[in-house]
Amino acid sequence: MKQFIAFVKKEFYHIFRDKRTLLILFGMPVVQVILFGFAITNEINEAHIVFLDKSHDVATDKIKDKILSSGYFRLNEKTPRSSADLQEIFREGKVKVAVVFGQNFYKNMLTHQSANIEILADASDPNMATTLTAYVTAIIRQYQAEEQTITGGLIGTEVKMLYNEQLKGVFLFVPGVITVILMLVSAMMTSITITREKELGTMEILMVSPLKPGLIILGKSTPYIALAMINAVTILLLAWTVFEMPIRGSLLLLLAECLLFVITSLSIGILISTITNSQQTALLISLMALMLPTILLSGFIFPINSMPLVLRYVSNIIPARWFIEIVRSIMLKGVGLEVIWTETLVLAGMALLFIVVSIKKFNIRLG
Amino acid sequence: MKIIPFIVQKEFLQIFRNKSMLPIIFVMPFVQLLVLSYAANFEVKNLTLYITDHDYSAASQRLVNKFQGTGYFQLTGLSSGVQAGFEQIEKNEADLILQIPFDFEKNLYSRQPTDLQLIVNAIDGIKAGLANTYSNAIIADFNEEISAELPVTQVMRRAVPIQIESHNWFNTELDYKTFMVPGILVLLVTMIGAFLSSMNIVREKEIGTIEQLNATTIKKHQFIIGKLLPFWLLGLAELTFGLILARLIFDIPFEGSLLLVFGFAAIYMLVVLGIGMFISTVTDTQQQAMFIAWFFLVIFILMSGLFTAIENMPIWAQQITRFNPVAYFVKFMRMVLLKGSTFQDVQYLFGAITLYAIIINVLAILNYRKTSI
Amino acid sequence: MNNTYAIKAENLTRQFGSFTAVDQISFQVKKGEIFGFLGANGAGKTTAIRMLCGLLKPSGGHAEVAGFDIFRQQEKIKQHIGYMSQKFSLYEDLTLYENIRFYGGVYGLRMSEIRERAEDLLKKLGLTQQRNLLVKSLPLGWKQKLAFSVASIHNPEIVFLDEPTSGVDPVTRRQFWNLIYEAAHGGTTIFITTHYMEEAEYCNRISLMVAGKIKALDTPTGLKTQYAAESMDDVFLKLTQQ
Repeated sequence: MKQFIAFVKKEFYHIFRDKRTLLILFGMPVVQVILFGFAITNEINEAHIVFLDKSHDVATDKIKDKILSSGYFRLNEKTPRSSADLQEIFREGKVKVAVVFGQNFYKNMLTHQSANIEILADASDPNMATTLTAYVTAIIRQYQAEEQTITGGLIGTEVKMLYNEQLKGVFLFVPGVITVILMLVSAMMTSITITREKELGTMEILMVSPLKPGLIILGKSTPYIALAMINAVTILLLAWTVFEMPIRGSLLLLLAECLLFVITSLSIGILISTITNSQQTALLISLMALMLPTILLSGFIFPINSMPLVLRYVSNIIPARWFIEIVRSIMLKGVGLEVIWTETLVLAGMALLFIVVSIKKFNIRLG
Repeated sequence: MKIIPFIVQKEFLQIFRNKSMLPIIFVMPFVQLLVLSYAANFEVKNLTLYITDHDYSAASQRLVNKFQGTGYFQLTGLSSGVQAGFEQIEKNEADLILQIPFDFEKNLYSRQPTDLQLIVNAIDGIKAGLANTYSNAIIADFNEEISAELPVTQVMRRAVPIQIESHNWFNTELDYKTFMVPGILVLLVTMIGAFLSSMNIVREKEIGTIEQLNATTIKKHQFIIGKLLPFWLLGLAELTFGLILARLIFDIPFEGSLLLVFGFAAIYMLVVLGIGMFISTVTDTQQQAMFIAWFFLVIFILMSGLFTAIENMPIWAQQITRFNPVAYFVKFMRMVLLKGSTFQDVQYLFGAITLYAIIINVLAILNYRKTSI
Repeated sequence: MNNTYAIKAENLTRQFGSFTAVDQISFQVKKGEIFGFLGANGAGKTTAIRMLCGLLKPSGGHAEVAGFDIFRQQEKIKQHIGYMSQKFSLYEDLTLYENIRFYGGVYGLRMSEIRERAEDLLKKLGLTQQRNLLVKSLPLGWKQKLAFSVASIHNPEIVFLDEPTSGVDPVTRRQFWNLIYEAAHGGTTIFITTHYMEEAEYCNRISLMVAGKIKALDTPTGLKTQYAAESMDDVFLKLTQQ
């Protein structure tokens, strides 16, 4: 046991001596959470708009006023004189939507002929276009309703946003950031540190020491478990204090699940290190086979439901997918183990599988 | 100047001889392009909807049909109870619940106010926002239809006819891939360029050959240029393949001039490689270089407008993106490829990226020391 | 400028923080001489050689290499020297010929010169057959011989060799020294560090470094007489025990 403790100490020294890597390990989660929280948002915020008004009458002025005072739009300094100008204005890139009023708008409205409005949106960003068009349409409809002076008969809608009333993007991203960081620290760092010992030849020396191979691996991973858990707690604290993200379920359960995921990731890291011999290869495998799928296919940023079927199947073999589900459920929905036991079992199963395979590989190497 | 071709030749030999790097350079980007283009999809078309209908009338049925007919929603269940819907939301089987109240039809036809309820799983705020927008548009439409059908009474003026027609320019089918692919191409050349270049000089440090080179008369700029050129060519070649795939597989329109695209890419690659070289000169091991490159890439990419629009960020964050070369290129690609913007439209982007290229490469050259202090 | 000396050093010093790696060393190396720098690992040999090659800035003292000041004219110095670093300095993933071509190019030779010298060099080393093999497939001794030839491909006035023979078997080591003699015979000054005491016998003059200081400097015979020792090993032992 004494030897083991000495060994773990040595690993900690290695980590703390490399200040740059350490800075990144602790700095990355903070920067990511803050960026995601504040900057990464899809809320429409003053989209540039232009009007091409062929009528210039009371009605069009009123509609324009209503649109500009809604808070979603801001009048661009360019004024189109004809439809041809619009093409030009869109190309410059700033203006996202244009509203074109047909001729004799107010007159047509009064005489019950059709008064025409065209909404043109820059749909190179489809979601933005859809949302902006919907906003403009809603504002015009509202104007229309006011003019009609019809009392009653309108259907109201009451909207209830569950789990995230203010639609904060950070609620979606925090579980993902935790996942990526835990994966990075536990899988990538472990695989690199073990292959490094192999590369330097110090692994051989450790192998002939009285410590059992299992203990060596455990000793090498212990510091990373600690680092990973510190990171997880940091992110949770940030999310809680800065972004007021709730932890509706049990904190203890959440931390236990984090630990489970760390162990799963560690076992992957160990597996990678048993099949590679150079740091560079370990690094690239970690990056390509772990980090990218974790970011892309886990539902971290992109909803799994919108993916083609093949990718939805692929996402099932990615541990991060299950962990993100667990974190979201505990933090936002406040559920307990009775709801997320499937996900938990899948993670535990994966960990077991990777560990067994690593031991097999390890034994073949020794034998 | 005669020295540079020798360095370029050597770098190419080393790249093509490294068996573990080849797939990373030549296969990975295209797998990424394919996977990312399909995965990076904020398109919200298949929202799962549970409807709780307390009314069970012709009118409520008509509303249900209207929701189903739009193609945005997929009905996962319909009942008169509330519980089942909530359970589906908890299990992620449904994204939202629409509750139609008792006497919906009666109130509607007697012009009494009536309230529908939308309950949305808002963990994914983006999705929830869109779900809300779509639903409200459908309900507003439904409202219009109904009031047009109702008999006009004396006290009421006739409905005010406003025809709204909307057009989606530059991407009429609202295909999300059209939007993402030009940006993903940027991502690919950026990642390859930054990783390869950041690990390059530091690798010579690790294996010790840098000492040998530093003891020769080689000039700093010759060294950096010789190292940059191969990756610069690789990056542009990769972009070319990427563009071909984008055209063939994703049917991305090339509205603007390709010459303009390559002109910009040529300068942009200098920026990416310059950053990589700079990282390479300040680190001692490939592991460190990799981490630092990763750290900055994540920030650059997230703040590039590739996944979320820069216009929607808070002002301070928008200011930060001014220092982000990736943001410039993403913007440029979308403008030129999708909208056919001309040089006049994008000249300020050219100016910014050129300035960036000069600064970062001068820094990389200055920071590379042949003589240690 | 005194034309008879290739290297002159006066009180050359280098500190890393509070640790003095090289402590006020002074010596002169004559043109065409084989000058040995001996000492245990960590005695400051590599630090000294890196300063002389313009790879490391000295903290104090004064030195000239090929008539150029090592504080201000590092790039001038580099035109006149060849250097073979302690770490293996060829590219393992390039072939013999590709390595020669690359370094020839970096040293500013023309393609025709490179081809010519590559042929000579490979023939001299008996590696013509292996010219298209990757360097990593060669045994260490051959690699070192090749590295030396590559470091002097541009016929420099002075060649600096940092522990070129460490880890190499005695037979190959002997062959390596033949190459050195040949170069010295052609007028090249050789500055070599080693921790093999028997190699000291091969040098014209040697200096013995202990803990950053030069403890003795003379011809091998001179030193043995001075310390009444039978071999250089004895000289070294006596010196360190002082």
